[in-house]
Amino acid sequence: MLETLTTFLFGRLSLESFPYHEPIVVATFFAVMLGGIALVAALSYFKLWGYLWKEWFTTVDHKRIGIMYMILGLIMLLRGFADAIMMRAQQAIAFNGSEGYLNSHHFDQVFTAHGVIMIFFVAMPFVTGLMNYVVPLQIGARDVSFPFLNNFSFWMTVGGAVLIMASLFIGEFARTGWLAYPPLSGLEASPDVGVDYYIWALQVAGVGTTLSGINLICTIVKMRAPGMTMMKMPVFTWTSLCTNVLIVASFPILTAVLVLLSLDRYAGTHFFTNDMGGNPMMYVNLIWIWGHPEVYILILPCFGIFSEVTSTFTGKKLFGYTSMVYATVVITILSYLVWLHHFFTMGSGASVNSFFGITTMIISIPTGAKIFNWLFTMYRGRIRFELPMMWTIAFMLTFVIGGMTGVLLAVPPADFVLHNSLFLIAHFHNVIIGGVLFGLFAGIYYWWPKAFGFRLDPFWGKMSFWFWVIGFYFAFMPLYVLGLMGVTRRLRVFEDPSLQIWFQIAAFGAVLIALGIGSFLIQIAVSVLKRKQLVDVTGDPWEGRTLEWATSSPPPDYNFAFTPVIHDNDAWWDMKKRGYARPLEGFRPIHMPSNTGTGIILAGLSTALGFALIWHIWWLAALSFIGLLAVAINHTFNYNRDFHIPVDEVVATENERTRLLSGQV
Amino acid sequence: MTTTVEAMHGGHAGHDTPRGATPPVFHVTDDHAHEGASTALGFWIYLMSDCLIFAVLFATYGVLGTSYAAGPTPKELFDLKLVALNTSMLLFSSITYGFAMLAMEKGRTAQTQGWLAITLLFGLAFLGIELFEFAHMIHEGAGPWRSAFLSSFFTLVGTHGLHVTFGSVWLVTLMVQVARRGLIPANRRRLMCLSMFWHFLDVIWIGVFTFVYLMGALR
Amino acid sequence: MSTHAHSDHHADHGHGHGGHGHDDHGHPAGAHGTFGSYMIGFVLSVILTVIPFWLVMNGTLDNTTTTAVILALAVVQIIVHMVYFLHMNGRVEGGWSMLAMIFTVIVVVIMFAGSLWVMYHLNANMMPGHDMSKMP
Repeated sequence: MLETLTTFLFGRLSLESFPYHEPIVVATFFAVMLGGIALVAALSYFKLWGYLWKEWFTTVDHKRIGIMYMILGLIMLLRGFADAIMMRAQQAIAFNGSEGYLNSHHFDQVFTAHGVIMIFFVAMPFVTGLMNYVVPLQIGARDVSFPFLNNFSFWMTVGGAVLIMASLFIGEFARTGWLAYPPLSGLEASPDVGVDYYIWALQVAGVGTTLSGINLICTIVKMRAPGMTMMKMPVFTWTSLCTNVLIVASFPILTAVLVLLSLDRYAGTHFFTNDMGGNPMMYVNLIWIWGHPEVYILILPCFGIFSEVTSTFTGKKLFGYTSMVYATVVITILSYLVWLHHFFTMGSGASVNSFFGITTMIISIPTGAKIFNWLFTMYRGRIRFELPMMWTIAFMLTFVIGGMTGVLLAVPPADFVLHNSLFLIAHFHNVIIGGVLFGLFAGIYYWWPKAFGFRLDPFWGKMSFWFWVIGFYFAFMPLYVLGLMGVTRRLRVFEDPSLQIWFQIAAFGAVLIALGIGSFLIQIAVSVLKRKQLVDVTGDPWEGRTLEWATSSPPPDYNFAFTPVIHDNDAWWDMKKRGYARPLEGFRPIHMPSNTGTGIILAGLSTALGFALIWHIWWLAALSFIGLLAVAINHTFNYNRDFHIPVDEVVATENERTRLLSGQV
Repeated sequence: MTTTVEAMHGGHAGHDTPRGATPPVFHVTDDHAHEGASTALGFWIYLMSDCLIFAVLFATYGVLGTSYAAGPTPKELFDLKLVALNTSMLLFSSITYGFAMLAMEKGRTAQTQGWLAITLLFGLAFLGIELFEFAHMIHEGAGPWRSAFLSSFFTLVGTHGLHVTFGSVWLVTLMVQVARRGLIPANRRRLMCLSMFWHFLDVIWIGVFTFVYLMGALR
Repeated sequence: MSTHAHSDHHADHGHGHGGHGHDDHGHPAGAHGTFGSYMIGFVLSVILTVIPFWLVMNGTLDNTTTTAVILALAVVQIIVHMVYFLHMNGRVEGGWSMLAMIFTVIVVVIMFAGSLWVMYHLNANMMPGHDMSKMP
């Protein structure tokens, strides 16, 4: 009787679900608890809850939402990197009969969580955060097309992250690898909650991502300042447009496939089972139709960042603007024609494999064109080796290596040897770290002064840079060697002692990267402490070329007191060259969208729904679902969603900027 | 987005000013905030993403649709007369929604509401028939757990039905909102979006009855 | 033209009518339909539905021909719906609606045809009982 009651109330959640036997997890839990309590205590002591709620959690301002995405990405980077260090440590010592310190039950969760977190909760939020912050400013708009949806999208991403983090302390995570192939991820092989955590975390976050994609497409299409034709948009805006098109045209596929997997797990269907007509290969096929565009979603914005950085720090117009745009669009379309290269070895045969091998090689061409364009931009320019430029050069060298190993893998017979070896792992980390991460660091350093009004400390930035770059090579070049020697990915223990040295070198590289991350955190702390010395008064610390540099640092809530009119590419550069004078009067009240708490409430309910479904707590699932509908419908009855910033406020803000600017010689 | 650019001196968007002439105008002083300018496009793009979800379900049905696992086949299960009836319910609901839009454009609130109510009835009829069909199949032992074919059938057709259900809830909500505030621009935008949604569902149904039911009956 | 109650906080006036004079916020299905166009769409749809059902239920033609005909008619009916019910044309939303739809159709076709092609080969090669020396 009591058992029926507890099963009803708690589903399959029980005391056993808490990993109190696992010392590492328990220690982590206490650390997190202490940190969390300290944070909550500090916020309460300084009475910041009201401020946080009103100014940040309920904001519909794209700039604040962008910053919150970056904070989320940074926190999850620490978690994802912890997983990485754990793997490197395990693999460095598990030789000569040693089992290492992680048993397979944990190791498998660690490598799965590492992949899921890094892709969905580090790279995606960072990229989305930068696009959110920068794009409206670059096109001369005041916000995105759908500010409320923007807030909601952010909180849904957080909801997904919450579920992932919860899996560490309540229950366990999937042990299937980051793509959770069936039949391993099916009910029979993985009856536990791990795969369910995976599914619902990604579904919740996926809704946020898809809506964000729709939002940014509409923003770029509909809200550009007058005169900014498509071919006068900054390159970062172009790459953002293509990225968001990819998001909208690929995430629904992930959503649908995960629904099918969850139906197999919850409703006894036979999509991917081994019996009754199911076909696990269909999952692999479908998930990579999403998976390949996904990696372009990650890299395209970074290509845009490199374009902006290269032209700014070379003092020259970007070489080959038109070909850059075409290359980006071609990459967008071609990314749908290569997906099978992720499973050449699954057995589709020579005719199918050759088709996709060829398309994969073709898709490297537009990227090559971009590299040449950046090089030609730099040629005969006056290069300033600020950190964004340093990251860009590191990217060019590193990404090209990774790209070349990619073309190597594109050859099916070669892939038959190298598939799922450490060569593959080295390749994709090469392009993701060398391309995405270096791009993100360049972008963060570049746009930080715009967001916060002071630059980042260059010394600690350089420390972070050198640790990261050198660390990357130490960590991943050995993996190319190991892969060529035949070592498979995701292995926990090794028999061949001659391999150990390579793993030890890789572990050393991971330590260097850890120092790089540490330096990055120190950089932020030091910069905040030294912000008066690093202050940016003009709003244009880098002699920028695009419109975001026309605003103050940070920009006012409304971005532009008057909507700019565009005449040429590099609009801000054009304005500076042609004698633009900032208007000092004639300001008007500005129409703005209002803040709202509905986004965070809906996301909270979605997270609760996810949690309930994971643990089979059906009453909670039903309640949260109904709650979702009720809150959403109720929200639509609110027609009162905007306000005007009064003229005096605009005047005061603009006058303050005038004062700041005139204080400059 | 309409904005007025005041007094263009010496320059005009898109042309270069000769050096030494008065600088071109770089800002707009007469901004109209444009409420709901992006809504229609945004909703259309959402529909395109929904299209992709259905595409996955169609592809899955295409691949797994002949895996009967020695169980019931389409020929044995599909009652084409019932499907024809269902199809007509949905088609009628599309035309009645069209009439609702025509009434909306003429600003006739009561007429709009009337046609919306009729649309709802047709929609509910469609759902009722579909639920009856599903219940019957399950009763015969042909539930979604029986084979990959049935899993993909129920998921594809069921997802469409779920969309119609959500559309119906939305329709009722809009009827309440129109009753309260009339055919204000915000409500017109919403009716427009639901219109796109509703017709889109009928388009998907064309795919369903052709690819699933008719081709299934041919096997 | 029609009545519109002023909602609170409307900085603009006269905008926001569905498809009224401004293409950029009509529904992408930009302009409105007329009674005539809806009726044409409806009648065409009925015809394009009755024929396939009749063909299949009567078994007049052979299977392959029937399949080809009903698929073709489905495509035509989808276009009819797009034009007459959704008012799709190249001018709506400055052409962006059409572009979005074309892109979606391309992706759907690639995904659908690609999946069928790939899965057919995988099944042929990888399902048990297959003679590996005869792999295509």
